[in-house]
Amino acid sequence: MSRPYANPYIAGVALGLVLLGCFVMTGQGLGASGAFGNASSGVVNALAPGVAAANSYFRDYLQAGSVWTAWIVAEVLGVIVGGAVSAGLHGRFKFEIVRGPHAGTAQRLLAAGAGGILMGCGAVLARGCTSGQALSGGALLSVGSWAFMLAVFVAAYAAMPFFRRLWS
Amino acid sequence: MNFSTSLPLALLIGTAFGASLEAAGLGNARKLAGQFLLRDFTVFKVMFSAILTAMLGTYWLGRLGVIALGAVYVPDTFVLPQLGGGLVFGIGFALSGLCPGTSCVAAASGRGDGLATVAGLFVGVLLTGLALPLLEPFYRSTALGTLTLPRLLGLPYGMVVAAIVLVALASFLLLERWEARA
Repeated sequence: MSRPYANPYIAGVALGLVLLGCFVMTGQGLGASGAFGNASSGVVNALAPGVAAANSYFRDYLQAGSVWTAWIVAEVLGVIVGGAVSAGLHGRFKFEIVRGPHAGTAQRLLAAGAGGILMGCGAVLARGCTSGQALSGGALLSVGSWAFMLAVFVAAYAAMPFFRRLWS
Repeated sequence: MNFSTSLPLALLIGTAFGASLEAAGLGNARKLAGQFLLRDFTVFKVMFSAILTAMLGTYWLGRLGVIALGAVYVPDTFVLPQLGGGLVFGIGFALSGLCPGTSCVAAASGRGDGLATVAGLFVGVLLTGLALPLLEPFYRSTALGTLTLPRLLGLPYGMVVAAIVLVALASFLLLERWEARA
């Protein structure tokens, strides 16, 4: 049986303690999009090493060591494990496509994929995403992280009216 | 103080991160989209409770001398790429209803839309990485280095922390009242 989600404030404090523990133990915050940076650098390097070596974005990841055993790759593998375990323990693991009542399956998957592409682009430009910038940089009061967070909320609110059909 | 780069610890921290996102309901695109449809404010509540906790924790651990604040990595500020990247990211966030971390949780809990977002993220990062030589002037523009709100405003660290706590708590209170009425 599927159990209800935790109280958002308590879950938020728990998440904040995980982030604090990460600061104290590793000297850096949590992240997510960096793992995609490592993975894409690894793939480009495998398929076209010349292209990877000539590109400063991929080169930075490749020069930091093996991209497949980078810190953030292991951390994101953990996110997948933790998400699956928590969903399993609470009876919330379910094969489904979460969508609005009037959105088709293909339409929803297309929107999710397109949203992913845009977020990937934004995260490269901003040097991080909602995890590394908004959450981690936000807690450390980085000006750029707060600018990113503000821009994300403004754009998401401004864009949502155009995507209402997906959810209502 | 020596920081750990251990991969088992990274896996452990990630597991706790993923589990807290899932427990909060942030592996569910409906809840995240609800934030931008003004129906469900879980995203804001979880995110700001987490920011307050970690912000107060680092502030006090620093003051008490448990950690050296200067040793914790603060993301560098690049004003325009971070504003521009944030705008592009926000549109994608509204389209997908998930962000990079939460899409991994959604995919891990069986959600096909989570998997589609993960695939899209990979493609988006790959294409933007390939295009970066063209975007480089913008990408490297307005670089201000390590810049924090207290330094920008010329205010004491503790005062900025206190102000953010007050604004966040007031927002929580207003949100709860508004939700009770709706």
